[in-house]
Amino acid sequence: MKIVGLSGSIVGSKTRTAMERTINIISEKYPEIEVTLIDLADFNIQFSDGRNYLEYEGDTAYVTQTIMEADAVVIGTPVFQASIPATLKNIFDLLPEKAFIDKVVGFVVTAGSPKHYLVAEQQLKPILAYMKAQIVQTYVFLEEQDFYRKEIVSDDVIFRLERLVEDIVTLTKTYESIRKEKEAEYGF
Amino acid sequence: MEKYRINPNSGLEFGLYTLGDHIADPHTGKRISNQQRIKEIIELAKMAEQAGIDFFSVGESHQEYFTTQAHTVVLGAIAQATEKIKIASSSTIISTLDPVRVFEDFATIDLISNGRAEIIAGRASRVGVFDLLGYNLRDYEELFEEKFDLLLKINQEEVVNWKGSYRAPLNNAKVIPRPLNGSLPIWRAVGGPPASAIKAGYAGVPMFLAMLGGPVSSFKRSIEAYREAANRSGHNSDELPVATAGFFYVADTTQAAQAETYPYINEGMKLTNGNGFPKQHFAQGAHPQDVMNIGSPELVIEKILYQHEVFGHQRYIAQMDFGGVTFDKLKRNIDIIGTKILPEIKKHTRKK
Repeated sequence: MKIVGLSGSIVGSKTRTAMERTINIISEKYPEIEVTLIDLADFNIQFSDGRNYLEYEGDTAYVTQTIMEADAVVIGTPVFQASIPATLKNIFDLLPEKAFIDKVVGFVVTAGSPKHYLVAEQQLKPILAYMKAQIVQTYVFLEEQDFYRKEIVSDDVIFRLERLVEDIVTLTKTYESIRKEKEAEYGF
Repeated sequence: MEKYRINPNSGLEFGLYTLGDHIADPHTGKRISNQQRIKEIIELAKMAEQAGIDFFSVGESHQEYFTTQAHTVVLGAIAQATEKIKIASSSTIISTLDPVRVFEDFATIDLISNGRAEIIAGRASRVGVFDLLGYNLRDYEELFEEKFDLLLKINQEEVVNWKGSYRAPLNNAKVIPRPLNGSLPIWRAVGGPPASAIKAGYAGVPMFLAMLGGPVSSFKRSIEAYREAANRSGHNSDELPVATAGFFYVADTTQAAQAETYPYINEGMKLTNGNGFPKQHFAQGAHPQDVMNIGSPELVIEKILYQHEVFGHQRYIAQMDFGGVTFDKLKRNIDIIGTKILPEIKKHTRKK
């Protein structure tokens, strides 16, 4: 199984911190899973110009192809102007419209204010659904007080991240076996 | 229809097309050489002619996993190797070529083939060609529209006066040689949605509609939109042929046909488009109301006739070689087309 973590912002540190923690939990609990963290801050990604993702070059090609090869994706997003950041939306725009078909997608959300809690529910989930993701319905929401100097200080958040990871792995395995069983029924 | 060399009385035309893809057989992981693939395509055209198939066409894609970049050269060889089958491109990416050169090439192929050449001009679904030949992808729409218009103009007028943005002006330029009978059938290649079909209608040019999968009724909307747009723009849609293109494969049973062809299409699409063909959608392709012509000969005949009833189109072209399908399988398909499918289709669509 391949899991890709996507830290969707190029500014700030909360999303990256949360994603690093999430990825650590995956590697510790499931050493057999191949896991990659993509922090968009480390890459120089071009804006989508509508071409097929296989035809981009450099960082854009690496990031899109790595996501496409994953069985599951964990997205980390901050909330900017009551929405997801443009850098993350650009990744969605770079990918084919059915990019997440047969993939499980879960996410963690960081924000400066708890008032942003429903932003991901109302703005990220519809995009993932459109792109055919098997969405892990429950996400982890972290706010300013959960961090101190680039560390997560809330045990509650850590427990929730552990549950999210478990849900992602369980759903990926389950979905794969359901799909295989279903596909075997077609007889071709 | 005559202008486009279509005789509606003789029924639905049946053709074969290849994108000129060059992909390893997923069962063995082995890929034949470029040379072998090109020769097999030429051989396929000859076999298609012998089986009574009406039309054969070759596409151009300028990137990895394709091998007929120089599709006009391949068509030249086919022109020489055959005698009566119609030959064309599927498609010529006019956006990144010089319409004068394209016309020269196809007029020459028309002369070699004794008047059998046609052009299907498209906008490219794979865009590697833009970088390779030095064009900006941002000009995607305009490059096509301007150069396609110029191609149509050259087809009408031997001496051309023209000015545009993406090519040097033509002042009393004589474009020769001329095709055998004065002009070539030139079609506009169109993807699924009606918006694209409408543009072909405005221009009053025949339309080639690509259909990978989905309900016949959805594609009917595109064809209706095309005909309406043509009539609104002062053309007569009764005189404009429509052709459709899509996946095709026959075997003894529908399940065998699906089983044989699915790995090729799925793996081929992964390599060239980056997304496989979901099995669930592929399974639905066997529905009589789905455009995908994959199944037993009986099912495929039923589907093609149903599509003809709904679309009222003049030509269907089949893609059966995508993804590294082995030559023996292609031969078997051509046999079945010649002995079982063509006779039924002609019988039911010919004007009595």
